[in-house]
Amino acid sequence: MASNSSGGSSDRQRIAQQRLSIIAGHLQRPEDGEWAIGAEECKAQGSKPNVSSKGRTVPRRRQEIMKWNGWGYVDSKFQFNKKGQAEFTGKRYRLSGMVMPALKEWFESTFGASLQHKTPASAIPNSSAVQPPILNEAFVEDLKSTGIPFSQDAEDRVFRAHGHCLHEIFALREGKVGRVPDMVVWPSNHNDVVKIVELACKHNVCLIPYGGGTSVSSALECPPEETRTIVSVDTSQMNRILWIDEKNLTAHVEAGIVGQELERLLNESGYCTGHEPDSMEFSSLGGWVATRASGMKKNIYGNIEDLVVHIRMVTPQGVIEKSCQGPRMSTGPDIHHFILGSEGTLGVVTEVTMKIRPMPEYQKYGSVVFPNFEQGVACLREVLTLITNVFAGHALKPQKFYITKFKGFDPNRLCVATLLFEGDRERVLQHEKQVYDIAAKFGGLAAGEDNGQRGYMLTFVIAYLRDLGMDYYVIGESFETSVPWDRVLDICRNVKERIIRECKERGVQFPPLSTCRVTQTYDAGACVYFYFAFNYRGLSDPVHVYEQVEHAARDEILANGGSLSHHHGVGKLRKEWMRETVSRVGMGMLKSVKDYVDPGNIFGNRNLL
Amino acid sequence: MLKKRDDFEDILEERRNCSDLRYALKCYTPVVYKGLTPCKAGVLKNMVLQSDQLHYVINQVSKETGKAPEDVQEEASAILEEMAHRMQLSTVRFFAFTLCKVFKTLFRSICVNEEGIQRLQQAIQEHPVVLLPSHRSYMDFLLMSYILFTYDLALPVIAAGMDFMGMKIVGEMLRMSGAFFIRRSFGGDKLYWAVFSEYVKTILKNGLAPVEFFLEGTRSRTAKSLTPKLGLLNIVMDPFLKGEVFDINVVPVSISYERILEETLYARELLGVPKPKESTSGLFKARRVLSEDYGSIHVYFGQPVSVRSLAEGRVNRCQFNLTPRHIPKRPSDDVHSFVNAAAYRLVRAQEENMVLKPWVLLASLLLQNHHQDLDQDRLTEEALWLRDVCRQYGAFLHWPDHVPPSEVVSSSLDLHRGLVRISEGRVPAGPSGPGVHPGAGPEEQLLNQAVVVLSCASYRNQALHVFLRPALLASAMHIATSSNKQEVFNSFSFLRNMFSNEFILCPGATMQDFEEACFLLVKTGVLQITEQEVLSTHRGHRTLAFLTRMMDPFLQGYQVICMFLCEEASEALTEKTFIPAVRGFMVKQLLSGRLRYTEVLSSDLQKNALAALLRLGAVLKTKGADQTTLKVNRVMVNSLEDTLGKKPLQHLWFEFSS
Repeated sequence: MASNSSGGSSDRQRIAQQRLSIIAGHLQRPEDGEWAIGAEECKAQGSKPNVSSKGRTVPRRRQEIMKWNGWGYVDSKFQFNKKGQAEFTGKRYRLSGMVMPALKEWFESTFGASLQHKTPASAIPNSSAVQPPILNEAFVEDLKSTGIPFSQDAEDRVFRAHGHCLHEIFALREGKVGRVPDMVVWPSNHNDVVKIVELACKHNVCLIPYGGGTSVSSALECPPEETRTIVSVDTSQMNRILWIDEKNLTAHVEAGIVGQELERLLNESGYCTGHEPDSMEFSSLGGWVATRASGMKKNIYGNIEDLVVHIRMVTPQGVIEKSCQGPRMSTGPDIHHFILGSEGTLGVVTEVTMKIRPMPEYQKYGSVVFPNFEQGVACLREVLTLITNVFAGHALKPQKFYITKFKGFDPNRLCVATLLFEGDRERVLQHEKQVYDIAAKFGGLAAGEDNGQRGYMLTFVIAYLRDLGMDYYVIGESFETSVPWDRVLDICRNVKERIIRECKERGVQFPPLSTCRVTQTYDAGACVYFYFAFNYRGLSDPVHVYEQVEHAARDEILANGGSLSHHHGVGKLRKEWMRETVSRVGMGMLKSVKDYVDPGNIFGNRNLL
Repeated sequence: MLKKRDDFEDILEERRNCSDLRYALKCYTPVVYKGLTPCKAGVLKNMVLQSDQLHYVINQVSKETGKAPEDVQEEASAILEEMAHRMQLSTVRFFAFTLCKVFKTLFRSICVNEEGIQRLQQAIQEHPVVLLPSHRSYMDFLLMSYILFTYDLALPVIAAGMDFMGMKIVGEMLRMSGAFFIRRSFGGDKLYWAVFSEYVKTILKNGLAPVEFFLEGTRSRTAKSLTPKLGLLNIVMDPFLKGEVFDINVVPVSISYERILEETLYARELLGVPKPKESTSGLFKARRVLSEDYGSIHVYFGQPVSVRSLAEGRVNRCQFNLTPRHIPKRPSDDVHSFVNAAAYRLVRAQEENMVLKPWVLLASLLLQNHHQDLDQDRLTEEALWLRDVCRQYGAFLHWPDHVPPSEVVSSSLDLHRGLVRISEGRVPAGPSGPGVHPGAGPEEQLLNQAVVVLSCASYRNQALHVFLRPALLASAMHIATSSNKQEVFNSFSFLRNMFSNEFILCPGATMQDFEEACFLLVKTGVLQITEQEVLSTHRGHRTLAFLTRMMDPFLQGYQVICMFLCEEASEALTEKTFIPAVRGFMVKQLLSGRLRYTEVLSSDLQKNALAALLRLGAVLKTKGADQTTLKVNRVMVNSLEDTLGKKPLQHLWFEFSS
């Protein structure tokens, strides 16, 4: 497969086409000669070192732009204005500045909530309310000498003591702060991390890696029994793309970069990763690796484990990485899989080489309404078969096509699928037609691009909604699982019902919101999200009730053949089910890895095991 | 011990005052399961035939037998055709009309607990429902459907034995009123089992109709609850265990007849006169029955039991995660023991809500009275005493307190005049019906006498569950060598084990049963129990005597069977010849006066005893070419006989009759 010199033409269109055929090569078996002809001359294919990292980065003092006790940006939130209409503040989102009259009615009728009954959040606790830091002076001295910036400021520490579980946010809103890290450090590159870990080992200090802080598994909670100095290693300043390799369609990136930055920077060069978890505005590459994250476009681009080519992690035993960037290896169990999902228990992921793709030429949203959830799920399965067929049957350019979400509206039995098609125009339109034809077979009706786009946008603002609810006695959370196809309907029905029943038994006065959607599809099953929220007026310990219900719901999920988690991870929230999930021997394997890599439990967040 | 139970409403009362036709044609709009997707009978059959479950088994059978899958599919289709119900509202209305007429002639009242009906209505909306009525009469399932129709509740689909189908037109009509027919035995037939179970599950999962079947599998000829059969219960619990429905509500229903239509028929059957094949003409001959008074019926719809809460902490549902759910699998040990325990619990729930009529107490007393005529006053006095004991034990006794006791007794005796003669205000010793002709030969006389005794016993048996545990304790105290608590417990445990085919005794609950018995007898002042000893009190004598005598026929029956096996049984004894041989032996013993209780002639008791001996390993089955022979472990049988009769029964008798 010698490269075919194309004579130095600088025509951008031709280059773009060549890129596409390279991608085609990634996706297809070589069936004919045509696909491989477009490789470029050295000049254009070399790496682009140090692609711009200017622009928006996450500041060290995150609280300047992000809420300390809720989701997202300080300037963006839902609120009811003086007229009692809901609006979304700020300028960042499509929804920003818009008034949504229907939201109030939905909010009141769904939860029995009232604008009269407010539960405002308390102010940020002053430093006296936070435990003074436990400091290992020798460590601090040594750290100072490295010049790596760090802080012992109470606000900085509180901000890094939590993720976004309901109980964490609820406690913050009540001004309750438990064990928090004793200091925060901001390494700015791999070598800084190596130094920090060395010092931590030397002085027996506990390290907790911190990426985007979007955890929903209690992974960032400091173990209350930890008596050593806890240092939060905030990777947010390690946010550069170190190089882009257009020949191999890879990019080497520092692991602290957050999703939206990564996409923005790649887009500047005409590329994307296609990894778009709902939290991509805030979550970091290192976090994705550490939790086995999944994005809504995974049907084309793959999940994080499919996207990474190379990982570098600093552990107490030293740096772990592979010696080459080969796309696949048979060298015993893949060591990446010890790192993927290790949840910060083994070390800090510092740099990752990721697959990249040219940005799609054309995007189109769509949506389909189904008479009921059952039909919708059946349709999704069939659509999935279609995708496989298309790829298997044609050796053509990649078609980007996926279902972004799928929502069930229970009382009316109606359900909506929102769609996003990406690729070249002709193919997108062709695919769109095929999908709508299949949908029609299942009684689905096309419901327009607008609905589709709205659904897609909602993904990013939905997390802001919970904060609004918490202002008015409504608490809730979403949690997910993965399950074989034949179980999808059963698990949805049973878990929703279990939630409703548990709420009733635990004295919740108002009927809860208990709904679900299918968010990801696989050949062998799907990822299902459950949404659960209720009005807690009249309950003395709403968070405890919430936790009991969620616990019961998880039991129900497991009893119905669902997994402990599809992509949120285990953290400390779901630890108790690990043994039955991976078997006793499996636990032993994981433990022995931990024991070897980190015998002093330097990475002592106590997740997972 | 007084349990809170609902009040009854007589549903015949209204029928006696207004038009039956209008009633039968009334607007019928039952509430349905909230998750119901309505479908026609034809669609149901397709759902069954196209299910993954059935496909899997069809392919399997096709591979094993070499038949083409299409042919096996045809077979499945034929099985389904033979099985399926074809419910039609018009037929239901016809039945409603006819049954009205029949019921009004036969019964004084049909009493139903309306609160139970309301609970059932709620349950039907929430989750798929399984109805589990007790089974004492052919009437049971017609009665059930009739009641549900009356209360505008969803009509059940009923598992019926194939023998009904032989009744030409009636079979078809039953089918059109919701019955579906299953073969009595199809143990090895995979395809049949698959069609059958999928049919039931499809109805249940989709909430198309409540599924009704009899846990006891067949009508109890003795009015004792039968050991529950697990097949259908396994099937109906499966959709819950595999997560196909959120929950299933199981509703035990207790149907108590003041007088059973089949009363003497059953007794004859138990004595070896084979049961007449169900045939339409036979049913019409039963018209004679129409002219008699059968008292009242009480139907109690029990508290719906959630399968989910039954299974909580007992079954790990994750066990179904690793193989596709449509592949048939034997129930695992924990599922099996769960279903078994649930079955016992449900049968006990049925027993608990059985309404006992005063006659049940009279029958119990009369059966114990062997050697002297009773005058009616004495009988009334004893009945009142027993009534109070009964109530202390929490029995569901319907004794009309506003009527003078002597009237209660005489009207009960009157209703059952077929079983007991009253001459000049005196009730003769032992039950004695008009069937006893002095001119007949001794054996015939004995058998005629036995018919009456067994009929009476079937009424006493209705109260057995109330007394069973204390009675076992009373008997245990007798066979125990001392009053040492541990020894009494050992004897209790022995008896409980011995009789676990005879009575409803939940497996593994020996300790609870013992404690329950102790509790009752201590509470009622019959026993004093210390750390070491179980002692009877002076005033407890009467109760203990009553309880021991209640158990005596069973003890003696088992003992005689052991005796037979040791002394008489030949090497060639087979399963088939066992009953006649035992019966012959017993008749001889009875005629020679060495045996007191004619009740032991019941084939039910003989079968249960054999089952117990087989279970204990005292008798072994060896399967031959064409018959199964029984091999007796003489040493073991001998020791069982000794233990059962440790104190001579004669001695007991005199002690209590003085």
